[in-house]
Amino acid sequence: MSTDQGMLWEVFVQAKPGIPHKHAGSVHAPDAEMALKSARDVYTRRREGTSIWVVPANMISATTEQDADSFFDPADDKVYRHPTFYTIPEGVKYL
Amino acid sequence: MDIAEKEKQFQDKIDSGQKIEAKEWVPENYRKQLIRMISQHAHSEIVGMLPEGNWITRAPSLRRKAVLLAKIQDEAGHGLYLYSAAETLGVERGELIDQLITGKAKYSSIFNYPTLTWADIGAIGWLVDGAAIVNQTMLARGSYGPYSRAMVRICKEESFHNRQGYELLYDLAQGTPEQKAMAQDALNRWWWPSIQMLGPSDADSKNSGETMRWRIKVESNDTVRQRFIDRTVPQAEAAGLTIPDPDLKFNEETGHWEIGEIDWTEFYQVIKGYGPCNKKRLRARQEAEHEGEWVREAAKVYAEKQAAKKTKAA
Ligand SMILES: [Fe+2]
Ligand SMILES: [Fe+2]
Repeated sequence: MSTDQGMLWEVFVQAKPGIPHKHAGSVHAPDAEMALKSARDVYTRRREGTSIWVVPANMISATTEQDADSFFDPADDKVYRHPTFYTIPEGVKYL
Repeated sequence: MDIAEKEKQFQDKIDSGQKIEAKEWVPENYRKQLIRMISQHAHSEIVGMLPEGNWITRAPSLRRKAVLLAKIQDEAGHGLYLYSAAETLGVERGELIDQLITGKAKYSSIFNYPTLTWADIGAIGWLVDGAAIVNQTMLARGSYGPYSRAMVRICKEESFHNRQGYELLYDLAQGTPEQKAMAQDALNRWWWPSIQMLGPSDADSKNSGETMRWRIKVESNDTVRQRFIDRTVPQAEAAGLTIPDPDLKFNEETGHWEIGEIDWTEFYQVIKGYGPCNKKRLRARQEAEHEGEWVREAAKVYAEKQAAKKTKAA
């Protein structure tokens, strides 16, 4: 006996207007409409959200932990991308 | 990198207090232990709805009924957060549900006790959810990110469960002599099972070494149990109720309440399936699965039809 749970959807919830959607968890549903309803019941029973996104889990590509070091290291040696890298004479304002 | 090296890196990461995330390399046994724990926890939330569901239609007021419904819906939510966390470890939800309804999986022993009176609903919220909060707050500090985040979410919701239960029992305890007796009777029956639900004592806990080293658990069963006892005894006193333990005493030196001997034979009987309601609980889950089948089937066919319509139109 194996029950068909439907597709797996990842759920992203925006807690209030103006801020980014944040990953909340996942739900199973046969289609997007039911996934949204189910996500509402599972993740926003106390008005934790103003907007929900659901994305088929198999459509998400992600970096892997093993490659993370080499993947992100181009950013390691570019301190000049930060404002603190620059020396500004004392007393000069608004920089 | 060989396994020993990987394991060392893994352990270092855990020792430094970092969380482990889905899809990272983990020792096989870490994965297995977590799937076991998280799925048992999920099943407990789901089966836990049954004893309380027994009283929805007989709640004594609309307020109590609305509260009980909301509480039980939360438990369904908890079950789903947890299945979702278990799935990040590469196990299928359908497989876990199969394990539950075929009787292969375990769930918390406490839900195999019956809810005989309305006061039991108060005792569950106060004691069972109270014990769960102490345990889950500890688990929220655990090493596996998805499990720990589910725990944080759950703990936020548990506080309402705990308070509504205490309020219910407290009100009964201040009522007529019959109501007070009913409250006391519920405490008498639920106290020891709540103490036991926090797991075997440290001396007999077979999984605890590894789970502590990997920070799946960050405190032992006995430590968590003691915290629950220390919190709960004064709450009983405030309600004018008596904890059913003649050996209970406060140790001035340690600042802890000390309880009498725990009857572990009963605990193991219930775990092995000989509790008062094991069969009933299992049957209820099987029926739910069976009766929901046509709904899942219909939803699936509908989704397929809608998708076909869309491709035609495009
Ligand atoms: Fe819960
Ligand atoms: Fe709860």
